[in-house]
Amino acid sequence: MIRKLVPLLLFIVLAVFLGIGLTLNPREVPSPLIDKPLPGFSLSKVKQADQTFASTDLKGQVSLLNVWASWCVACRVEHPVLVKLARSGQANIYGLNYKDKREDALRWLEYYDDPYQYSGFDNLGKTGIDLGVYGVPETFVIDKQGVIRYKHIGPITDEVFAEKIRPIIQQLEAAPQ
Amino acid sequence: MKQFFTLTALLMLCLVSPLTISNSFAGDVPFEFSSPEEQERFKKLTEELRCLVCQNQSLADSHAELAQDLRNEVYREMKAGNSNEEIIRYLVDRYGDFVLYRPPLKGTTYLLWFGPFMFLVIGALIAFLLLRKKPVREITEEERQRATELLRDTPQEEGKKS
Repeated sequence: MIRKLVPLLLFIVLAVFLGIGLTLNPREVPSPLIDKPLPGFSLSKVKQADQTFASTDLKGQVSLLNVWASWCVACRVEHPVLVKLARSGQANIYGLNYKDKREDALRWLEYYDDPYQYSGFDNLGKTGIDLGVYGVPETFVIDKQGVIRYKHIGPITDEVFAEKIRPIIQQLEAAPQ
Repeated sequence: MKQFFTLTALLMLCLVSPLTISNSFAGDVPFEFSSPEEQERFKKLTEELRCLVCQNQSLADSHAELAQDLRNEVYREMKAGNSNEEIIRYLVDRYGDFVLYRPPLKGTTYLLWFGPFMFLVIGALIAFLLLRKKPVREITEEERQRATELLRDTPQEEGKKS
């Protein structure tokens, strides 16, 4: 009797492993930067080219750093969500404009609205590499000490924000300065 | 209906955009090397590193824009006199062990490195147990006679049939 059950058991084990495999997303590479301070950068702002956006600007508050570009189709999908979050004051959003042309970036912000406190202009993608960016859009959750606490790869949807990002923001907000 | 058209248009865009990107940015920016050894070192190094965009290609093969940027970084670091280990650490610090085609041996990768051997041992064990179980016993006199008879009969029966 037990001998006859062996193939069935093997099948179940295999099915469970393959099932787990199906739920994983190989595109999502875990970032080694989680729980590390935001890498230092100093970029010119997209709108005010003569001003700088430094990594240290993000200290003292919980913020989102959203990597975006005018050529990125998925960014267009998440953009209305970011605008809504910024307008309702649910998130402090800063932008990293990745490998873009300044006039394209400005036109995009004009046309689709600007949810960012301000955006850094990373046309060479150097800061992107320091942040381990490999697929735009990407969003980092940064705590009050300027430490990266979470990274979301791909567009932020209402569900992603409600289920993953908002709980982290709330938890970090509650933490002492 | 309108949604259908938008979807189709978006899908077509997806098909077209990688082509346009690779046409305009294909990794054709030539690198200059001071010696064939240096060129060989660059080639070896970029073949060891994985492109994060097209995950089954190495940095050396990939035409993704990020791969071009990372090749530039590797080249720059090499020219700055950094060792292979330093260059690899630079990338691992940013992108994690994932960029390595040969992941390092550590706690989280033991299963990856030793898993296949573990399965080989398990397989060998199962095969051994299954094969060993066949019991060998002496045949009785009765069986021997029957076997002899059968062996004697066989050619005749075959003869009858044909």
